[in-house]
Amino acid sequence: MAQRLRVRYAKRGRLRFTSHRDISRAVERAVRRADIPVAFSAGFSPHPRISYAGAAPTGVASEAEYLEIAVTRPCRPQELRAALDASLPPGLDVLDVVEARAGSLADRLEGSLWEVRLPGADPAAAESAVKEFMTAAEVAVERLTKKGMRNFDARGAVASLVSLTADQDDHGEGGPNQSCVILRMVVRHETPAVRPDDVLMGLRLVADFAPPSPPSVTRLAQGPLDASTGEPADPLEADRVGGDQ
Amino acid sequence: MSVESLFPRLEALLPKVQKPIQYVGGELNSTVKDWDEATVRWALMYPDAYEVGLPNQGVQILYEILNELPETLAERTYAVWPDLERLMRAEGVPQFTVDAHRPVRAFDVLGLSFSTELGYTNMLTALDLAGIPLSSADRGPDDPIVLAGGHAAFNPEPIADFIDAAVLGDGEQIAIAISEVIREWKAEGEPGGRDGVLLRLAETGGVYVPRFYDVEYLPDGRIKRVVPNRSGVPSRVFKHTVMDLDEWPYPKKPLVPLAETVHERFSVEIFRGCTRGCRFCQAGMITRPVRERSITTIGAMVDNGIRESGFSEVGLLSLSSADHSEIGEVAKGLADRYEGSNVSLSLPSTRVDAFNIDLANEFSRNGRRSGLTFAPEGGSERMRKVINKMVSEEDLIRTVTTAYSQGWRQVKLYFMCGLPTEEDVDVLGIADLARKVIKAGREATGSRDVRCTVSIGGFVPKPHTPFQWAAQADHETVDRRLRELRNTLRNDKQYGKAIGMRYHDGKPSIVEGLLSRGDRRVGKIIQKVWEDGGRFDGWSEHFSYDRWMACAAEALDGEPVDVDWYTVREREEHEVLPWDHLDAGLDREWLWQDWQDAVNDVEVEDCRWTPCYDCGVCPTMGTEIQIGPTGRKLLPLTVVS
Repeated sequence: MAQRLRVRYAKRGRLRFTSHRDISRAVERAVRRADIPVAFSAGFSPHPRISYAGAAPTGVASEAEYLEIAVTRPCRPQELRAALDASLPPGLDVLDVVEARAGSLADRLEGSLWEVRLPGADPAAAESAVKEFMTAAEVAVERLTKKGMRNFDARGAVASLVSLTADQDDHGEGGPNQSCVILRMVVRHETPAVRPDDVLMGLRLVADFAPPSPPSVTRLAQGPLDASTGEPADPLEADRVGGDQ
Repeated sequence: MSVESLFPRLEALLPKVQKPIQYVGGELNSTVKDWDEATVRWALMYPDAYEVGLPNQGVQILYEILNELPETLAERTYAVWPDLERLMRAEGVPQFTVDAHRPVRAFDVLGLSFSTELGYTNMLTALDLAGIPLSSADRGPDDPIVLAGGHAAFNPEPIADFIDAAVLGDGEQIAIAISEVIREWKAEGEPGGRDGVLLRLAETGGVYVPRFYDVEYLPDGRIKRVVPNRSGVPSRVFKHTVMDLDEWPYPKKPLVPLAETVHERFSVEIFRGCTRGCRFCQAGMITRPVRERSITTIGAMVDNGIRESGFSEVGLLSLSSADHSEIGEVAKGLADRYEGSNVSLSLPSTRVDAFNIDLANEFSRNGRRSGLTFAPEGGSERMRKVINKMVSEEDLIRTVTTAYSQGWRQVKLYFMCGLPTEEDVDVLGIADLARKVIKAGREATGSRDVRCTVSIGGFVPKPHTPFQWAAQADHETVDRRLRELRNTLRNDKQYGKAIGMRYHDGKPSIVEGLLSRGDRRVGKIIQKVWEDGGRFDGWSEHFSYDRWMACAAEALDGEPVDVDWYTVREREEHEVLPWDHLDAGLDREWLWQDWQDAVNDVEVEDCRWTPCYDCGVCPTMGTEIQIGPTGRKLLPLTVVS
């Protein structure tokens, strides 16, 4: 293996309905179409050496998904970015590529910044629910997992949670006479993983807050949590240091 | 009039359904054309789930060909699962295309491709969700023309009330011709309305419009005759045959889905038609004559397909791929070209001879030697003569021994149960064969690490085959024979553990038989089953035999016929069969003679290497066998490492 490349990509629009497995198939095909000299694992049934870190759930959009590709001969990150992006369907968009220099990418993904849009929701109710949730020490929620119904705390992993109201001129999702509440939250990656819909369920449990239409969720960033801002920083920064991108 | 995208309304439902990605479209190489710039708009439907329908070659080919026409657009729609169907009904969201999420009712044509009859109930769901009346007679000027194609369309009588028209055979040229007829009719101001355009299509002799034909019955329930009920409509409708496959190298831009589908590979059809003459095989009968794609076109299509799709597996499709006149060169050429790359090649291998193993060895150069599949189809020598599958036990043992000794560890054998004249001993013969296979494999390899799986399907007599007159075996008999076979294998201490057996119970075959050889009266059963909630009949978890039987009893109440009459009854030579006015080119007298030969264990050779045996197709259709060799070689290409 000559080189490892770290890729930030987005999952946008209707492609947010892709599952993790859908994305890995699409990436493998795009790599072949783009003629990227991907390395293969050894053994009985060789697989392309592409690994995925912290993938967003099916139905959730993201501006900050990460994967790592091992290649057999050195590639220029910017060329690989353009080639891979051109070979992926629109909506799976490659935003950034750097050469891996040090450490594990997965270890740097300490938390995520999520945006949850709730068209038609009442801003005052959202605000008070958020307050209620953040003052609670623990909010027990349950989710159906592959292993059955699981109970866990949705509060502990939430580093911050604020409620805003959308600018109607910019985002007309809820129609002209509808408000659109936007929740911004920073959630630490813990086990069991707490997802935005777990937080929404928590809001319903603590304050009976239930949005009238399905939420639209986007991951805006994930990375090491910055102590000063409280938000995730660029996880590829450490690879860029000293590099000639 | 432009139409709005249904996507915003559909999107709100998607978080609540399983595998939402199957409904969003956006596949690589999919096409969205401007609605207002097109005159003729087709919605193409494969009436099964997206994961089955997306890879379908027929739909992909027509989608691409129609979209290449300047004034035509084509989009695709698939059966939605019951979870989304419920939400669509609750929210009033109609059946949509996945390309631009346009409502299916807004199109000019709804073209359905029926590979199997088990998609009929899904068609009714789609029509109903689209807001299109189920019955052709109830449709108005705003409804699309509902057009059926695919192999099941060679007897569309059970769905005659639901469709407006059907097309038999290869779709490439007739789809373009139909588009042209509709374009002209629209340009002239749609004279005669719906019937006007259907009449124009019927008059060509290449499009069957069921409601222009009346079916008369005898008091005992048999058909008396089928006659056109207006002038200009021909008494017989013929199938379509594309003669030069090199002129139609589609798909050029294979659709690459995001969702997982049943075939994750790029497929190239290396020839159409088959003249091996297996008597059970409808596909082999209705797709004659054999027309090969040349080695150079195959090579170019494979190269283009891999580059366009990014698939890592290439399948060489046909009814019996090892029979291509230059398959050895094709296999070696492709294996050389992709040696050392991660592109793998596959060939549905069904022929039982050593040559097939050479091919399999070439194709497995890049991968492992896991399993090989052969299809002797009949368990005894006599049975194989009846079905004209000319494989001797000696051939089979020699072939699998070669396979095992060359490193293949697993051999899969396909058989059928319920064949005409079959007795218990014929099915138990499958166990004997499997035991001999394992014994020979152990001797050849000196190892106990060899396996054999027998996979058994229920035989269903099909229209346009020599078995169209045969009595289908009842499901009790099929199930009993399969049970005895299973017990025999289970009780075999010496070889039983090395032999696997895969099979289904016999009930679904009875429903398939009812739909395959049914007439217009069967339509009432289909509608009742659908009204009762019948969906996705090809899926065992959705299929209900009891529902089909209960609905059949209700629908046929007062008729002199029942399910047994359609399935387990043998027909006599001169009975009018529901599809007799639909012409696949096969001479009816030849089919009958071949049926008599079957019963008398007389075999017939392949007309590619022996003289013509007068099946009738070439003179009727004005076609001839198109085979090589061309003598050309595949040039090595620079490939992805």
